[in-house]
Amino acid sequence: MIVAVELGLIYAIMALGVYLTFRILNFPDLTVDGSFTTGAAVASIMIINGAPPVLSTLAAFAAGLVAGWITGLLHTKGKINGLLAGILTMIALYSINLRIMGKANLPLLREDTLITPLRDAGLLGTVAAIAVFGLLALAVKFVLDWFLHTDLGLAMQATGDNEEMIRSFGVSTDRMKILGLALSNGLVALCGALIAQYQGFADIGMGIGLILAGLASVIIGQAIFGSRVIIVASLAVVLGSALYRVVIQLALQAGLNPNDMKLISAVLVVIALVLPQWKLFKRVGGLSNMKKALSATGARS
Amino acid sequence: MLDITNVNKTFFAGTVNERAALREINLSLAAGEFVTVIGSNGAGKSTILNITSGKLRPDTGTVTIDGTDVTKLADHQRARYIGRVFQDPMAGTSPDMTIEQNMAIAYERGKGRGLRPGVTGKKRGFFQEELKSLELGLENRLKAKVGLLSGGQRQALSLLMATFSSPKILLLDEHTAALDPQRADLVSRLTAEVVERHRLTTLMVTHNMEQALRLGTRLIMMHEGRIILDLDQQQKQKTTVADLLHEFEKIKGGALDDRTMLQ
Repeated sequence: MIVAVELGLIYAIMALGVYLTFRILNFPDLTVDGSFTTGAAVASIMIINGAPPVLSTLAAFAAGLVAGWITGLLHTKGKINGLLAGILTMIALYSINLRIMGKANLPLLREDTLITPLRDAGLLGTVAAIAVFGLLALAVKFVLDWFLHTDLGLAMQATGDNEEMIRSFGVSTDRMKILGLALSNGLVALCGALIAQYQGFADIGMGIGLILAGLASVIIGQAIFGSRVIIVASLAVVLGSALYRVVIQLALQAGLNPNDMKLISAVLVVIALVLPQWKLFKRVGGLSNMKKALSATGARS
Repeated sequence: MLDITNVNKTFFAGTVNERAALREINLSLAAGEFVTVIGSNGAGKSTILNITSGKLRPDTGTVTIDGTDVTKLADHQRARYIGRVFQDPMAGTSPDMTIEQNMAIAYERGKGRGLRPGVTGKKRGFFQEELKSLELGLENRLKAKVGLLSGGQRQALSLLMATFSSPKILLLDEHTAALDPQRADLVSRLTAEVVERHRLTTLMVTHNMEQALRLGTRLIMMHEGRIILDLDQQQKQKTTVADLLHEFEKIKGGALDDRTMLQ
């Protein structure tokens, strides 16, 4: 169970990226499935070729920025529907990721990575590792909180809330969306790089269906822990991510087939979206947050 | 301050639905002038506002603000010169953000936005002072989400946000039309006060003739894309709603739409 929490806290960085597009920009970005693997691929190939792990991980972040930037350009300058723009980048990235990796699977087992010190000290799977990954997730959360309260961040929030209004105050909504998508995918790729180092390999399929894990973390976290103000909402995303992994772990322990996990994730998200619509559940406190998550999803273009 | 020169705008050009919204419009506003625009539906009132704001581009002609040709600038690029209040009270504010965050966004209108904190203690004090002028008690609710406010409160806040950073031009698009009479009066009164206080060059579209006569220093009436009546302050003071209705009847042969009849 500790391993599930560990994983959840690393994946929280990805979930925070999804939160930025899905909640703040009101943009369901499917680039995530591709950019996560891109991050893993870039970091792994660099580490294998002898680059320092820190530099490799930062390079993964930069690669994610570029991926999100491209989706942003397709959507704003190319006027392509947001979902389709994300899908296009995601699929294009599949080929690019294979090019970066050279083959479908890159093992990192004998390489020095960011995780090696923890592994060598025997801390993985202990409370100490949870503390380390928890602090990392919180650090990203606080940077995101800070950014969203700057002049630039407020403009980004308003872009997702009322485009006409923010344009009337002199902000290019196109630029805000491109920036938001780039930052979001930068975080996702950073997370991909960390996961590859944590599990000891990068795999071409590791990002498939990841957007669901991100959405589930955001929706479940905010339904349970609230989303009234940004600092609470982003904390809820981190906790939601940990909770999601624990639920998946419990499902596996209950004897469910690992191959069914994607189906179970999808069902979880559908339940989280549909249940609050039913009258019976509307009365249940806390679920009203889910209702909000749902209506926000419905308003998407 | 604002010069609209030889502007033409046609919608759906080359189709059966072709409609000339503006024909050879020339309109000049001196600094501090407050022009009210009336006219029936489809007369071109909103189009003239949208041409000025940059939401629409003219087919021909130019728009100049304080000597700068802005014809080719997009709406968000012109925002450094222009404050706008929309007809829909929901349109001018961001509902999921707090009052102080909305005001912080407005405070930076048209400036480059960087990584400085959006709301600071100093700005907060300034926002409170500004909000007091609305006399709605909003100065004590800085951290309330704007979505919780009533339509009238939101429109008053929109007005404040559009004006407190002293734009060169203020555009008001039937900004009291969606409010109940009491709230419309309040926003009307606030408009007069704020325009006076900041000496704003203002273009206001309205359906309400009484309001068009009461507010502002000049009145223009539009019909089928042309300005057919232009009254300066003295002429305007002598004019009554009945006179305006008479003008309407002259041009439309007595065929008035219901809304005009009700005024």
